[in-house]
Order: sequence, then C-alpha cells, then structure tokens
Amino acid sequence: MAKIFQPSPSLPPPVNSVGAVAWVRQNLLSSPLNIFLTLFSFYVLYLLIPPVVEWGVVNATFGGESKAACTAGGACWAFIGVYFEQFMYGLYPAEETWRINLALILLVVLIAMFAVKAVNKLYLSIGIIAVYPVVAYFLFAGGVFGLEIVETSLWGGLFLTTLLGVVGIVASFPLGVLLALGRQSSMPIAKSVCIVFIETIRAVPLITILFMASVMIPLFLPDGMNFNKLMRVLIGITLFSAAYMAEVIRGGLQAIPKGQYEAADAMGLTYWQSMILVILPQALKLVIPGIVNTFIGLFKDTTLVYIVGMFDLLGRIQAATHDSNWLGTTIEGYAFAGFIYWAACFGMSRYSMTIERKLETGHKRN
Amino acid sequence: MSDNTTSSNKSLLNDAGTRAIIFQVVLLAVVVFVSYYLFSNLQANLANQGISTGFEFLNQPAGFPILIHLIEYTEADSYGRAFIVALINTVVISLMGIILATIIGVVMGLARLSNNWLVARLATVYVETLRNIPLLLQMFFWYFAVLATLPIPKNSIIFGDFFLNKRGIYSPNPIFQDGFGIVIAGFVISIIASIALIIWAKRRQTITGLWFPAYWSSLGLIIVITLLALVVSGFPIEFDLPQKSRFNVKGGMVLPPEFVAVLVALSTYTGAFIAEIVRAGILSVNWGQTEAARSLGLKDSLTQRLIVLPQALRVIIPPLTSQFLNLAKNSSLGAAIAYPELVAVVMGTTLNQTGQAIENIGLCMLVYGTLSLTISIFMNWYNKKMSLIER
Repeated sequence: MAKIFQPSPSLPPPVNSVGAVAWVRQNLLSSPLNIFLTLFSFYVLYLLIPPVVEWGVVNATFGGESKAACTAGGACWAFIGVYFEQFMYGLYPAEETWRINLALILLVVLIAMFAVKAVNKLYLSIGIIAVYPVVAYFLFAGGVFGLEIVETSLWGGLFLTTLLGVVGIVASFPLGVLLALGRQSSMPIAKSVCIVFIETIRAVPLITILFMASVMIPLFLPDGMNFNKLMRVLIGITLFSAAYMAEVIRGGLQAIPKGQYEAADAMGLTYWQSMILVILPQALKLVIPGIVNTFIGLFKDTTLVYIVGMFDLLGRIQAATHDSNWLGTTIEGYAFAGFIYWAACFGMSRYSMTIERKLETGHKRN
Repeated sequence: MSDNTTSSNKSLLNDAGTRAIIFQVVLLAVVVFVSYYLFSNLQANLANQGISTGFEFLNQPAGFPILIHLIEYTEADSYGRAFIVALINTVVISLMGIILATIIGVVMGLARLSNNWLVARLATVYVETLRNIPLLLQMFFWYFAVLATLPIPKNSIIFGDFFLNKRGIYSPNPIFQDGFGIVIAGFVISIIASIALIIWAKRRQTITGLWFPAYWSSLGLIIVITLLALVVSGFPIEFDLPQKSRFNVKGGMVLPPEFVAVLVALSTYTGAFIAEIVRAGILSVNWGQTEAARSLGLKDSLTQRLIVLPQALRVIIPPLTSQFLNLAKNSSLGAAIAYPELVAVVMGTTLNQTGQAIENIGLCMLVYGTLSLTISIFMNWYNKKMSLIER
C-alpha cells in the first residue's frame, strides 16, 4: 500500500501573536513611545481614580439629616438627600409636586403609545403637540378644577431645567425650519428678513439675549401689558436656538440635489407640498446629528437662566451650597448636577446615533 | 403662447409671481409696523420712567471698582473707560482661551487616534465628559470648588518662586530694563532672516531639487541671535519676585482666581469640541493618500506634514471657526463668577447704575457682533488660503 501523506498537525500560533498577550503588545507596548504613553496613562489613572473613589464612596456619608452626620472625611451625600426635593422641583409647594410627576408620567405614557400598533399616530402626534402642552400648563400653573395656583417664580430645579429645555426644543424646531426655508427662498425681502434675524442672533452670546428678555422686553411693550419672566426667557431661548437650528437645516437643504426640487415641480406640487413631502424629509434626515447637537447645546444653555435670576437645577444647587449649615458641600452639589446634565446630554447623543442608523436608507456613499 | 388664452380665467391669486409679491409686501408691512409699534412703546415707556437716552453717560464717573484691569483704572474714571477695561478683559480672555483650547484640542484629538489603547480611551473619556456638562457648571466648579478651597495667603502652596493661594497664582514678573530694545531688535531681525531663509530654501528646491533644513536652521538662528543680543546688552531683565510677608504675598505677577477659572473652564470645554473636530478632520483624509505618500518614499513625518495635514485642515477649519466664535461668546459667562468682562461691567453694573438698558445692551451686542465678524473674516481668509485650488 502506498504510503499516505500525513501532515503533522499545525502548531498553535505563537503565544505572542494571539490572545491577551498579543493585544497588550500591540495596543500598549508596540514602541518605546507607546510604552511611555502607557506608563503615563497609568500614572494619570493612579492620580485620579483612588482619591475620587476614596472621597466619593469609601469615606463618604450617604445618609443623615445635617452636616454633623458627615464625619468620615469624604463626600457628604447627605446634602443631596436633604435638598433632593428642592433640586428636583425648586420651591414648588411640596404637597403639589404630584402635579409635576403626573404631567411627566402622562408625557411618558403618550410617547410610549407610539409603540402600540392600534393607535393612530397622527392623532397621537396632534395630542402630544397641541393638547398635552395645554394640559401640562394648567397642571403646573393651576387655577382650574380647584388646583391651587402656583406662581412661576416658585418653579425651579430640574423641573424648570426640563421645562426650558423641552419647550425650547419643541418651539425652536418649526421656527428653525421656517427660517431656513426663508433663507433659501427666492423672495428677496423674505430672504433678507431671515438672514438679518439669523445672523444678528448668532453674532451675540445667549446671555445678552437673556438680559434683553428679562430687562428690555418690558420696555418695548405698552403700559400695563406684560408677561412673566419665565415666558420672556422662554421666548429668548427659543429665538436663540431657532437661529442655530435654521443654519443646521439650511445645510441639509443645500445638500439635496437640484433634481429633487425640479422633480417635485414637475409633478405639479405646490411649494409647501414639495417642501413637506419631498425636500424636508430628505434634508432633515441628513442633518439629524446637527439638530441633536443643537438640542444638546440648548439643554446645556438652560443653565444660563441662573444669571438672570431664575433657579434651575444649577441655580438651586448654587443656592444650597451657600446654606451656612452645609458649607463645604460644593463639590458634592456640582458632582450631582454634573451627573444629571451629563446623563441627559450623553443619552441624547447616543439616541441620535440610533435614529440615524434607523433612518439610513442607503443613499449615503460608502 | 398658450398662456394668453388661459390667463383670462386664471385668478391673479393663483400666479406664483403675484403671490410672492403680495406675501412679501405683507411681510414687509408687518415688520415695519411691529418695529414702529415697539419703538413708539419704547419711547413712551422711557418718557414715563424718566430715563434719559443717548450715550452721554459714558463720560460720567463710573464710581465702581474693577478688580482686574490691564490699563490704569480707578473709581473716578468714566463709564467709557470702564467699558474699555471690560472690552480688553473680554478680548484677552478670548484670545488666550482660543490659543489654549486649540492646543488642548489638537493634543486630545490626536490622542483619540493614538495606537495606544489606554491613551485613546482616556482621551475619549475626557471629550465625552467635558462636552456633555454645561460650561457654566464647569466654571462654577473651577471657581467655587477648586480655587476657593486653596489655602489662605498665609499658608500659600509654594513651587520655587510661584505661590498658589486663594487670591490667585503669583509668579515672577519680568521687568524690562533700558537695554531691552536691543534684544527685541535681535529677535525681530532673526525672524526676518528666518523667513528669508525659508523662502530662499523653497525657491532653490523648486529650481535645483536640492533640499535644505530651513525650519531647523531658522529655529537655531532665532535662538542664537536672541541669546547673543541678551549677552551683548547684559541681560536687561529683572524679575520682580513675589515675596511672602506674614499674612500676604506681595509683588510678582498675579493671576486672579476669576481669570484662571474662566480661562481653564473655557479652554478645557472648547478643547473637547476641537478634539472631535481634529479627529474627524484627520479621519476624513483617505487612507489611500497615506499609502500613496509612502509608496513615493516619503517618511512618516513628511507624509503627515505634506499630505495628511493640508487635506485635513480643509475639513477642520470651518467648524474650528465656529468653535472660536463660541469661545469668544462663551467668555461672557465669566460674568457669573465676577470676572469683570463686558457683560459683567456693561450689562451688569453700568446698566444697574444708569438704567439705560437699550444703550448698554446695544453696546454689548455691537461689540460681540464685531468680535464675531473679525474672527470669521480672519478664519475665512485662512480657509481660502488653505482651500483646494482646482482647475
């Protein structure tokens, strides 16, 4: 019988080129510079992590009613616990805070209903955009159905931050679309009005707009007619982010090939039909990251209302850290606020990545 | 054309051109009417409240102190001078912030692209943390949580001739003596010589193909000539060293905590955004470009400098411009921690004392508008210079 060639079994790959060892060699120790950078990074981590963990967890005090309870030398989280209600609702009367919670639950339920197939999405959208704000307003402000009236000056904390953010986002988006369309329009007067508005707003910082809203708007209104500060600040924030939104959307409009506009015209669509049915759906999809970035910027910018004397989350924390019973708890307060803002903004940016992927219809060049 | 036959039964309102005109006339009328209405209300309100108008107040004595001033300023000076002081503070912090943020951004952006896994992760954590936390919160953190917890002057932290305490950072203050003009002259001459050298080297390389290490030799030139000038003029610099007395630190140059907090917050925050821009810019350059450069025999440093960087810059510059603009505008947040910049001085104190809201807010908006315009003109010029020249 002929001898059958029997290859000897292949040797395992060298230890250095697979598994954890190879990974470490490739990613951490590939060159002298890399070794130095790795050591440097470990040093930075060593400087940062142990003290923070020690302060924030090991030596921290989590419970307690006063500063006296914090004896361990680390973070005094009891401060957050004691002030938690104020950080969330501001000075909103404690027995009325169920109204805020109810409005929030209502919103979550309404949005969750989008997932239910049997619900008509058009009606649901109308409900959320047109009916919900009215309901929420009366829940917050009171004055109907025996609800006690709560002055807007008492609104504060995370509630105010969320309110400013959500109203700003919802109101600035359609305004931004209109401004962007106006700027792209062929009508010279409409175009210049939009350009002047957008460029003026974008040239100045938000603070000046907020100051204008809180100091100057009353001067421009006739005697006796006035609306409250929260409303004025909301208008300021909305106009401000609408200008930025308009520029983002303009980018999307410019990216749509001319053929799309011409095809829509050729179909006999009117201007608004072609915009709503053909151009905007494509343009907006292109600029989702930009739109979400504007939203994130707006959410972070709501902290500026503290400068014109409104107490949002940061404002309430700032006020609480000046409480003489709780001196020295500044870092705890800022860490708490920082975590909430970070979670909200980071969450928004991740969510935008998700919808970007979901709406991707394969026109992108690879 | 057939249009003539149908035009008779076509309503004028259905014609796109006519509708555009009608719409615009209505829009213009609304804008004019609203402006007129607001303006007349304004006049009536101002008259009612007895607020004078105009910019005469700029000549009146301000009567309030400004803690940080780079030009001479006392309480007896006018509102106009206070405005100039504040303007300088705003411009200084914006420019320094822009420089620092660019350095931080470039370093962090490159770090995110590093081969080193740990470095890339650390840079990612830096970027994702800082850009998702409001700037105002970060400023408060640096000012109230970090700088305010420094020891009182009596127990200053000492690094050599640097002192660190609640009142700021004290460093040696250079005082230039008479002969310093020679050093400056030497420095200027060396820079001119280096530019000439670089131009000569470039021209020679285009003509003959011979290469000359122009950048390294001009660096050497600048150092040698400046040092020489220092020696010749006999080191005409003296340092005013900060001295620790019993309860205080005297002398030297002081960086007040407000300034440090605003600068650190602005530059680390904007740096995080710039890092993302730099990273995206470099990633946007096709890998084929790098491969092509290598196959031409360019070494890595030349590949980066001649091939990747110029192409990346084209993508980087426009968003970088808007980050610079944001930084300049965000410097107004310094008002919240009492850094005496434009908003704090003009829209804060001056407005409160004079009550002239329109003039003060208008002045501020004008300044920020001009500042924004200047930065964008400069960056547009630079962008044009770097842009791709096509056939």
